[in-house]
Formats: sequence, C-alpha cells, structure tokens
Amino acid sequence: MEILVCVKRVPDTAENEIVVNGKGTDIERGDLVYSVNEWDNYAVEEAIQIRDRVGGSVTVVTVGDGDSEEILRREMAMGADKGILLSDDAFNGSDGRGIASILKSEIEKGKYDLILTGAQADDGAAQVGGMLAAMLDMPYASLVNKIETGSGNTIGIGREIEGGNQEMSEIDLPCVLSIQTGINEPRYVGIRGIRKVASVEIPVHGAGDLGIAAGSVGAAGAKVKRVDYFVPPAGEGAEILEGSSDEIAEKLIELLKSKGGIK
Amino acid sequence: METALISPANAWLFGFIPTMIFSVLIPVIGVACFTYIIARRAAPLVRARHDPRLNHIGERLMAMLKYAIGQYRQPRYMMAGVIHITLFAGFMILSLRSITLVILGMHSGFVLPGLGGVTGQIYSVLKDIAATFVLAACVVGMVRRGIFRPERYDVPKRYGKDHTSEAVFVLGLITTLVTCDMIFEGAQVAAQLQKGLHPEFLLPGMGSWLAASLLSGSSLVTLQRLHLAAFYLHDMVFFFFLCFLPMGKHFHVITSIPNVFFMKLRKGAIKPVEWGVDETKLDELKSFGVKKFEDFTWKHMLDFYSCADCGRCSDQCPANAVKRPLSPRFISIKCRDYAFKNYPIRGEMTPKDEPLIGAILSEDEIWSCTTCGACEAECPIFLEYIDKIVDLRRGMVDEGMVPQSLQKPLKAIEKRGNPWGKMEKKRSEWTKSLPETCNVKLFENGDEAETLYFVDSISSYDDRMQNIARATACILSAAGEDFGILGKDEKDSGNEVRRFGEEMLYQDIKAHNTEAILDTNVKKIVTADPHAFNTLKNEYTGLPPVEHISQTIVRNIRAGKIRLKPAEDDGKIYTYHDPCYLGRHNGVYEDPRQALDAIAGLHRVDMLKSRDRSFCCGGGGLMLFYEPEEEQRMGVLRVKMALKAGANVIVTACPFCLVNMEDAIKVSGLEGKMEAIDLSELIQRHLETA
Repeated sequence: MEILVCVKRVPDTAENEIVVNGKGTDIERGDLVYSVNEWDNYAVEEAIQIRDRVGGSVTVVTVGDGDSEEILRREMAMGADKGILLSDDAFNGSDGRGIASILKSEIEKGKYDLILTGAQADDGAAQVGGMLAAMLDMPYASLVNKIETGSGNTIGIGREIEGGNQEMSEIDLPCVLSIQTGINEPRYVGIRGIRKVASVEIPVHGAGDLGIAAGSVGAAGAKVKRVDYFVPPAGEGAEILEGSSDEIAEKLIELLKSKGGIK
Repeated sequence: METALISPANAWLFGFIPTMIFSVLIPVIGVACFTYIIARRAAPLVRARHDPRLNHIGERLMAMLKYAIGQYRQPRYMMAGVIHITLFAGFMILSLRSITLVILGMHSGFVLPGLGGVTGQIYSVLKDIAATFVLAACVVGMVRRGIFRPERYDVPKRYGKDHTSEAVFVLGLITTLVTCDMIFEGAQVAAQLQKGLHPEFLLPGMGSWLAASLLSGSSLVTLQRLHLAAFYLHDMVFFFFLCFLPMGKHFHVITSIPNVFFMKLRKGAIKPVEWGVDETKLDELKSFGVKKFEDFTWKHMLDFYSCADCGRCSDQCPANAVKRPLSPRFISIKCRDYAFKNYPIRGEMTPKDEPLIGAILSEDEIWSCTTCGACEAECPIFLEYIDKIVDLRRGMVDEGMVPQSLQKPLKAIEKRGNPWGKMEKKRSEWTKSLPETCNVKLFENGDEAETLYFVDSISSYDDRMQNIARATACILSAAGEDFGILGKDEKDSGNEVRRFGEEMLYQDIKAHNTEAILDTNVKKIVTADPHAFNTLKNEYTGLPPVEHISQTIVRNIRAGKIRLKPAEDDGKIYTYHDPCYLGRHNGVYEDPRQALDAIAGLHRVDMLKSRDRSFCCGGGGLMLFYEPEEEQRMGVLRVKMALKAGANVIVTACPFCLVNMEDAIKVSGLEGKMEAIDLSELIQRHLETA
C-alpha cells in the first residue's frame, strides 16, 4: 500500500512556555523548541505498521520552511521511506484551505492508496484533513483510532464514541483519514536513528513545481486571517483550598457534597 | 613389602580381568568426555563480542585470591556461607587426594611429589578432617535444601524449573565421593590391624577412623571387596561428577575462579557500546547493544555459566522486593538455559537470529532495573548485571522499543537539556532566592572562579530540590570556596540517559558539558547530586577532580573552615540512607556519616540495610518518569526500614532519594512522624555564622 502522511512542525507544548507577544500578533517564538506534531507522529507510526504488514511504502510530506526538514528526517528515522518538503515563500501565511490545496497538488503528482493526517495540530484548527479529502474528492474519516487492513479495496476504521465504546466502519480506498492519538504506541527515535538519515536527500517542491498560482495560496490567498492574540482576563469562581492535605481533602468533600457532586 | 590388601593397581576381577583396565579406562573416558563437553560449552563464547579482561593482572590475581579462594563475600549469608566455605575448602584440600587416588589405580603406592614423609602424614590428617567436614556440610546442606527449603531458592513458575533436586543430587555425589574414600582407607587400616601390620595413622573421630572401627570385625575377604568397590565407585563418581558439572548450576565449580579473575574492575562506568570502538566512531556501528544472544560479550556469557543460582542478588534486589517483573538471578538462569538449548552438548548447534526481548526477556523486566547495584555488591563471584541491562536497553532503544513514559523526558533532554523540557535560561533561577550572604558566580556571565558547582537538572528546576542547590551554595560560601555555576550552559549530566540505553544522546550532552566545563578553567568540580558525581567522575574524561558535597563538607570541617552548631535537643533520631551512586558505585560511605557526626549531640542510628547493602529509594533520573508494574514503592519499604531502626529523620545525600523518600513518607501516612532531609540542608541549618 502506498501511504502518504501529512506532518507538521509545531512548537512543542510540553517543552515551551507559550506567551503572547507584546503586540498581540503572535506568540513569543524566541525561545521555542519545535517538534513533529504529536498526532502526526501517531499517523506515521500507524503508516509504518501498515506498510510492515502489507508492504508498500510510506512517504511523509510537510508544508513549511527549511527548518521543517528536521521533522521529516525524524519521521524517516522512525521508518518512513521518503520525505518531501513543500516550501516556497509564496506559501507563507496560508490558511487551512491554502495548506490543503498545496498538499492536494503534491498528492495528485503521485499515486497514493491511503493519506493520513493527524486529527489536529498543537497550533492548528483540525481543518486540513477534511478539506484535503474534499479537494481530492476522496472519502474521509476523522478521529480514527483503529485501522484494519484486509485484502480488498476497502479498509476497516474505528472511532471511539461516547463512554469508551468503539465504532467500526468500512471505507473505500483511496481515502483520507485523520488519526487520533492512542491508535498505537509510536516507537522511539534516537539520536542514532536521526544521524543515519542525516544525509538522505529530501526533495523540495515549490509553487512552480506544483503548478500552483502564487496568489491562490499564502497570505494573499488566505480567506481566514488571524487578527489578535490575547490572554483572557481571569474569571470568577475559582477557589484555592488551603491547609494540610487532610484539611484540604475534607474541605473538598464538603464542597462537592454541598454542590451535589457526591452524596 | 607385604600389604594388608591388594591395591586396585594389582587386583583382578573374576580372576582374569586386571582391574588396572578400569583404572585407566575410567579416567581416559572421563577426561575425554569432559574435554568434549567444555569444547561444546565454549562454542557460544567464541561467537560472542570482544571484551578485554587481561589488564591489571596483579589486581585481578589479588581479587581472585580474596574473593574466589578466600570466599570473602560468602559469610554475608552466614549459614549458607559457612557451609559453602566448608565445601570449598574441603574441595581444595581433597583435590590432591582425588588426583592421588586416580593414579593409585594405576600405580600402587603412588604419592604426589612433595607429599611423602611428614608432609604426607600432615596432609593425610588434614584431608581426613576435610573429608569429615565436607560430609557433615553435605548432610546439613541436604537437610537444609531438601527439608527446610529456604525461600531464597524458590523458582517461580514463570522463570523455569526448581533446582532443588539438582542441588541435593550433587550433595549426594559429594557425599558418595568422601564416603568411598573413607571406606577405601578404613578397610585398608582394618586389614592392617587384623594382619598385625603397622597401621596408617587415622585421626580418631574422623570419617576414615570411624570406617576402620566399624569394619574392624569384618573378614579380610569383605575388606578386600569393600576396598576395591569403594575405590572404583569413587573413580566413577569422580569422573561422572566432573562431566556433570557443566550441565547446570554446578558449572560454577569450574568457572567461578576464572569468572572472579575476569571481573569488572572499574565500577561506576558503563561498558562502552563496543569494546575497542572509539566513542567518535559509534556512528559506524551497524547495530547497538544486545539484541540477540550472541551480542553479549564472552565474559557476560561466562557470567551466565557461572551463576550458582544462589539467589542472593534477587534477595537484595529492590525491584524484586516490590514485585517488579525483574529478578536478576533469572536473567542469568534464563540466558544460561537459552545458551544450553541453542548450543547443546549433543546434536546440532542452533544459534537463533531472534531478539531476546520477547523470546526469554521482557521489555518491562529490563526497564525495571534502577541500576542500584545491590545485586553486583552481593554476588559472591562477581556476576555483572548493570552492563548487561544497559546493553539490552541500548538494543531496545535502537529498535525504538522505549515506553512512552520515557520518550518524553528523553526528547526533552535532547531539546532542552533537562527531562522536564524547561527553558535553558531558567536553569539558574534558583539562585534568585539565596540569602545575601551567599553569592553564586555565573560562568555564563563571564565570571571566573576556582570551583564549579555542577547543579544538574533536578536541583536546578524542581521547586523542592532547589533547596538542596541553595543549601549547597550556602555551604560552599561559608567554607570560603570561590565557586560558580554554568547556568544555561549546563545540560543534564546524562548519568541515566546512558543507563537507559540512549548512548548517542549521552555522548552529545557529555561533549557539550565537557566543553562548557573546560571553558571555565576551574580547578575542581563539586556536586550535591550523586548521579552527576558518578558520571562526571567515572565517565567524563579530561575534567578536573570531582567531589561530592559530603566530601567537601568533611574536608572543610577538618580544615576548620566550617564550624557546626550542636544539635537541638528535640528528640530527633537520624538515620543516613546511602544513595546508590554515592555508596555502592563510588564507595563514599563514611564522609556523609562523618559530616553528620560533626554536629555535636546528633543522635544517629544505622538501618539494618546500609552501606553496600543500602536499599534503593526507587531510582533517580529517568527512573522518576518510568511507570513500573509494582506492588508498592521501594521508598515505602525503605521508610519502614528507617522506622524499624528507630529513626524519625531520614538523611540522604541525593535529590532523587529525597524525592522518593518524601513521597514514600506521604504514601505511608507517616507525615509528622517521619521526615526526610538532604545532608546539605541539615548542614546548612547547623552552620555557625561568624
């Protein structure tokens, strides 16, 4: 099976203190460390596992600047066969639709049976997967937490529904899936693995290579524009309980009882 | 010369078969079989990885003399130790007698060179005593193993077969050997007395004397038959025993003396990924660590062969004590059985190209080890565990098999230099709330100083442990040390990064820290974190001398630079918990105790398990992030030990120990009754201000 996974380089929420900058135009990026978006990492692991089961290849693709190459290498160290970087100054400032259309152009150049994205990105809005499927005119399933490959032209996909129950569906190939965390346990990528792929060539495709009109993507083509960042004022109703652990526990029980939380 | 009985060398069976035939055949067949068996057993060692163990010959010989011949560690378990020393000493003494006996079958009246005359008579008495003691030890051993069955020898089902029958069988063989010799000799003396010949001297009360007494009424014919039967039974059992040894745990009889000779000499340092491959050439290696059996070094395979299955390692193992899925003893036994299966004595050798993880070992088993070293401190014959565990982890890391709980901190260390992923620039924030009297220089600001205080991650970032950093800084200030910290230029020391198998990340941070430290031109490094202490001292190269704060404290007290106030009379009873990386791995046991004792009037008690038998708090560094399967926390057991010793304050000298102890006190519901404090904090409280 030929699998393509769309990945994104994001500020690592576990290792950064996210602060809005003074002007409210962005977050402070000076001291940030970046990594591959967590959901995308699960998607790549799933793709590798499928490839190891049924054969084929895994390609990882990202839209970004030169720094994004780092995450492609990390995913290749994990086991992806190929990486493609979609990079062009004209792509800067794209909205979700812009990103989806850039990806679409690349995908149409190849022949993929399965296209995976993360369900959302740490700094995103969970919109690219759905739009991409629509643009490609492919079936789409979101929040997938289970994939069963068979021999036919369909695969089984699962989604967690309320109460921890599992829903299973069948979907025609080729298709686009957005992958939920917890679908697998992504393998560890060590420094050694990254070094091994350090010199593998990663093709860079720009607007020209993809046949994209410069004005249709990037800031110029964006129909959704970010206008402000701010920290909302603290609301009321928060209370910090004080005292020893026993006292705190006692007060908490009282509170819960008085509000009907426990009987 | 007239002899009382016909010797085996001159006897005939059925009147026409010279028994000499057996005297020659038995040893020849025995030695041939034994040689073949050893050659087969050596097969995996030949395919194993390189491991240079022929350096420091003098030191090795001394260690062999002390620990193998001298059985130095045996009495750590008194009852078993005494039995073992008796058997071992008996074996050493009786080995000469056994050789003599074998040759006596071919050459009547044979005496080993040097064992004639008076020496021979002394030896004869000595071996009588030895044989009798060995016999007694065997009987006690059989009763102990067969009837009382100490728990330490139990084999849980998942780990394989119980070895009690093998143990009792071998004791039976030894019993047979010494008894045969007693009968052989006793019959001879009884016959000599009957014939009125001058009898050989037998020490009254010993086995041979007893045999002679019991046989004194037997006819000469009976005595002759017993004499020969005992001789050939001895001969056969002796060579059977020799060939039986390499079949199981008794292989240690042959391998343990060399195993001790080849022991690991440099404690505190993990073995390189591949011996003989420079750290700068690691990228060229095709594979990392131990994945399949043949990835072990030959010495580590010899360890598996040498394991006597005594269970002392697992008895001391804290992971085993809290029912984590790890028992060091069975790492050895499972690997030994695996080697026996793939490299059998008969038939085709079938080395398997399969990963050990999944086949005989499990991921959780290998991650469960805190590398505390209790097993290695206990093993009478110096089996290594930590290097094997780390090699297995290197293999797992290389295959991407790392639990999610460990992936995050490892990645954070890669990105930010600390396992919490905190910002580099906040590494020195703990200095902001220092008292005015205490000034910490910052090398990142271009300051210069004589001494570097290496803080390491936990004391830099953890709210509670920052107090250790502040106390350490105050002590250094009080002692008048000219010192500074690296601040954002310091990265995690990497002690656990290496021990968790992420060698390349370790190499990166080691290179970074080494450069940062050398740039400061300091003359000395001090740290209050034993994990940093260990790796800086034993694994980094080219650094100035490294000292733990407990050593700094004692040095400055002696020099009169630090003066301590007496303890308040508040009913507190202190006990010192030895951190693994200060004590077992670096032998620093006395300095922290001396520092405590320098506080006049401080009441200190030791726990039953202390010094090299200290019980791990639960593990430091990355182990704080690992989520093990366990019935309870190691720290909880440790706090109970402190309670049992009558203490109400646990003093540690390691931030990780403090984390685990404080958690354990809360979990055990002992808040208010028990407290934990770091040595540096306690000393700071008692600093006499000028």
